[in-house]
Amino acid sequence: MRSYLPAFACKAPASLDEALVTLASEPGKWTPLAGGTDLMVLFESGKLPPGHFLSLWKLPELRGIEVTDDAITLGALTTYAEVREHATVAFELPMLAAAARESGAIAIQGRGTLGGNIMNASPAADSPPALVAYDAEIELVRASGARWVRYRDFHTGYKVMDRAPDEILRRIRIPRRDPGQHWVHFYRKVGTRRFQAITKVGIAAIGRVEGGVARDVRVAFTSVAPTVLAAARTEAALEGQAFGPGLVAAARAATRADVTPIDDIRSTERYRHQVAENLADSFVHALFAQKA
Amino acid sequence: MGRTVGTSAPRKEGVDKVTGAARYVDDLVMDGMIHGVTVRSRVAHGRITGIRFDPGFPWDEIVVVTAADIPGRNMVTMIEEDQPFLAADLIKHPEEPVVLLAHADRDLVIEAAKHVHIEVEELPAIFSIDDGLAADVRLFKDDNVLKRFLIEKGDVDAAFAEPGLVVVEGEYETGAQEQLYLEAMGMIAVAAPGKGVTVWGSLQCPYYVHKALKPLFGLGDGEVRVIQAVTGGGFGGKEEYPSLIAGHAALLSWKAGGVPVKVIYDRAEDMVATTKRHPSRTRIRTAVKPDGELVAMDVVFDIDGGAYATLSAVVLSRGAIHAAGPYRCPNSRIHARAVATNHPPHGAFRGFGAPQSCFAYERHMERVAEAVGLSSVAIRRKNLLGPGDLTATSQVVEDQIDFPALLDQALEASDFEAKRAAFAKHNADPASHTRKGIGVATFYHGGGFTGSGEVHLASVVGVEALRGGRARVLAASTEIGQGTNTIFSQIASDALGVPYEWVEVAAPDTGRVPNSGPTVASRTCMVVGKLVQDAAGAVVTTLRKAGLLGEEHTPEQLAAAVDSYLERFGELRTFSQYKPPAGIVWDDKTYRGAAYAAYGWAAYVAEVEVDLVTYEPHLRGFWAVQDIGTVINPLLAAGQVEGGVTQAIGWALFEEVRWREGRMINNQLTNYIIPTAADVPPIHVAFAPVPFAHGPSGAKGVGELPMDGPAPAIVNAIEDALGIDVRRVPALPEVVMEAVLAKRAAAGEVQHV
Repeated sequence: MRSYLPAFACKAPASLDEALVTLASEPGKWTPLAGGTDLMVLFESGKLPPGHFLSLWKLPELRGIEVTDDAITLGALTTYAEVREHATVAFELPMLAAAARESGAIAIQGRGTLGGNIMNASPAADSPPALVAYDAEIELVRASGARWVRYRDFHTGYKVMDRAPDEILRRIRIPRRDPGQHWVHFYRKVGTRRFQAITKVGIAAIGRVEGGVARDVRVAFTSVAPTVLAAARTEAALEGQAFGPGLVAAARAATRADVTPIDDIRSTERYRHQVAENLADSFVHALFAQKA
Repeated sequence: MGRTVGTSAPRKEGVDKVTGAARYVDDLVMDGMIHGVTVRSRVAHGRITGIRFDPGFPWDEIVVVTAADIPGRNMVTMIEEDQPFLAADLIKHPEEPVVLLAHADRDLVIEAAKHVHIEVEELPAIFSIDDGLAADVRLFKDDNVLKRFLIEKGDVDAAFAEPGLVVVEGEYETGAQEQLYLEAMGMIAVAAPGKGVTVWGSLQCPYYVHKALKPLFGLGDGEVRVIQAVTGGGFGGKEEYPSLIAGHAALLSWKAGGVPVKVIYDRAEDMVATTKRHPSRTRIRTAVKPDGELVAMDVVFDIDGGAYATLSAVVLSRGAIHAAGPYRCPNSRIHARAVATNHPPHGAFRGFGAPQSCFAYERHMERVAEAVGLSSVAIRRKNLLGPGDLTATSQVVEDQIDFPALLDQALEASDFEAKRAAFAKHNADPASHTRKGIGVATFYHGGGFTGSGEVHLASVVGVEALRGGRARVLAASTEIGQGTNTIFSQIASDALGVPYEWVEVAAPDTGRVPNSGPTVASRTCMVVGKLVQDAAGAVVTTLRKAGLLGEEHTPEQLAAAVDSYLERFGELRTFSQYKPPAGIVWDDKTYRGAAYAAYGWAAYVAEVEVDLVTYEPHLRGFWAVQDIGTVINPLLAAGQVEGGVTQAIGWALFEEVRWREGRMINNQLTNYIIPTAADVPPIHVAFAPVPFAHGPSGAKGVGELPMDGPAPAIVNAIEDALGIDVRRVPALPEVVMEAVLAKRAAAGEVQHV
């Protein structure tokens, strides 16, 4: 362990109210800590700046998966293991289940949380693209009240979020889809190896075909922009369109315009561009149940 | 009683390891022990102008060691004497140890290291083989060539001038690779004037550490003692660097007045600072008759040695000796150079240079096949070495190997020919999202030290007979997970005629065991195992000569004989020393003759399916057929092959050391990517044993062979799948993509990128 433990302070409030009061009384002083699967790696390697950390792990208000007629609501502390094990989530939100299954090792899945995955704001995170594609909303709470934000709009820049220093992410709400409609869920994580890898480029996309044209298309990418990317041009290129070589080419071109990848330690800008396009291409074929 | 050689006797230390009873160096705690850390340079090349300690830190509580505190010579004893234990003036790579700190509070001393600043006047630095050879920056003598070999056979220039030959040229590159043993390195030392130096640690070669510590402190043989703790893997990585860590821990203890000092590297320090596989570049020019018969090979084999000579000369030697491949070729010239750069020194890693040159020649054979219109199999079958043929060092092949039959066994096991045909059909289907391929590599690997190396080592092994017929093997050869304890016990128990359970292997301790040489070079079974057999056999002979044992004996009779002997003489220890097999002749000056007493021979097949969306090559199957002589322990031997193949899969497809100004920047397990079980296909291992007359019960070596062939077999399979000619490893998806796009662009298809 390379960090100097005496330079760090950590407090573990027993209730959400206590946590919110702490954040409100000393705004910006306390950094929320959920499962720790990101922060502890930095801590171990000596790369976490010393400071004050507020452990949310024991807050019951941030736990649990609730299924109602029109939404599935997941507490911010819902772990990947809980996502994987939940039958309704697995059935209705297969891309979220896939993200949970492909994040880290079993031990990490027992500790890593959806809320942490969002608030760590890594552009390579695996659950955010699924949450964007599923039109998730997130609830932010502070001592003085709560608000809901469309998740698609939450990340505004690299590690920049629509969050005040005294706010905590409480839960994530995903609207349920009409079971009478046939939805195509398309999730693909391309990592540096098959499992236990950080994503080099990934896609979560959903849509349906009605009357021969694509409807309600959502496309999100990971690791190709400073934040999880809602691929608006790709969505627009597909919405209301019928299958054909022209559509595939249009989707590829739109994706090329949507993404802004870089070279880094894991991959190259060229690879990410090309594979993002290929994934968009694969999604179009899957959406219309066409072979490539 | 049955023989244990040839059976999968259970691993001697297996229970201790899986129950957690085994004590690795970081598990050892001594009274008053304090913790040491290393402060390193942060620039690749420069001169130290000062060392600054931040004010306001309790420096008076901390043990501080610099080069000025060294009581003896500040030089790590290796082949060349050029690497200091602690840099005093010149910095030659970015992880050079400069200052050592120790304190009882480990957290505090780690924090203290952040408050030491090494001030350096920077000099220009070089990081490539070509920049090293250009020698605008001088790091080693006049030309930065740490070592050079020329191995010649026949008349290469005249052969290339012959009419009617097809000439094929190629250039191939391989990257650095981290050994990634499970246990990062560490040492504990107790050292004080008048009391000598004792170290316990994670290491492969106790006597290398012993040899390095003596001059550091100006001490004699008996004043330095090196004890191997249970060691969690080595793969060559713990051949040489442990000498530095042992020296550092001992210097701290010496300065601290003899309190025990523990120095444990975390994974990040181990990866960034310690040795890796040498990056390489190989240029091959081949002349071949139109029917595929090799006529001449001209090879230039260069490796990046890093900042100090360390083991580069011998890595280069092994890589060069194997560089012409296991092929009959009357004219060959291998020019090999190890080049100095400002990288941390590269070092030993399973295969020791041979995987690098094997990747080159086995990729190149595909080019040769293509040039003369033969298949991958046909070009190899036509040229494979056999008994009586000459290797590149003009050694007559003595092994009674039927190499074409061994190749056939691999082809049949993998259904090679049928798959090539079926995959061609699959690949022609435009609706397919994947491309499939299958590739082969044929190769060999010498066992033991090169040339006269074993004669110079003159290794010794002892066997001590104990009451009740029990016996203890005395050797400095280390158990590093590969099975030394188990196979030595098997060999000794058979030679003694007692059950396997009656034999144990003494923990390597230079105060108690003779020098059986380093645990490297696939020599532990073939060379040291033979000494174990002979020393154990000498116990029986001694008992017979004393009239205590007949020509045949049961274990109980042996036990009674030993008891009588011990009663009469007090102890019974026998020793055996290495003697070269008759007829082994090697010339160190010309690099000609018998480079190795015996070779392992192998044919490996890889099957791959490449995803056309992501360009990821997924391995679908792997077949490894080899002759390693008699197999002492089939389970352990298969484990060695599976492990070696897996490590080679990592090198071939995943493991890329990313450098910035001479430093590895991906020195974490999150960004240095090794394959997991999900990335490794079923590995089908088969042995085709041809017993070696001078090995224990006919055994040869196995450790390194399986590292050599997989990379070219895999890349050959990728070529079969996609028709692309990848000439470097790792063949990352990014590399595959670029080759695919280039091919499409060349074919006139629109390229988007």
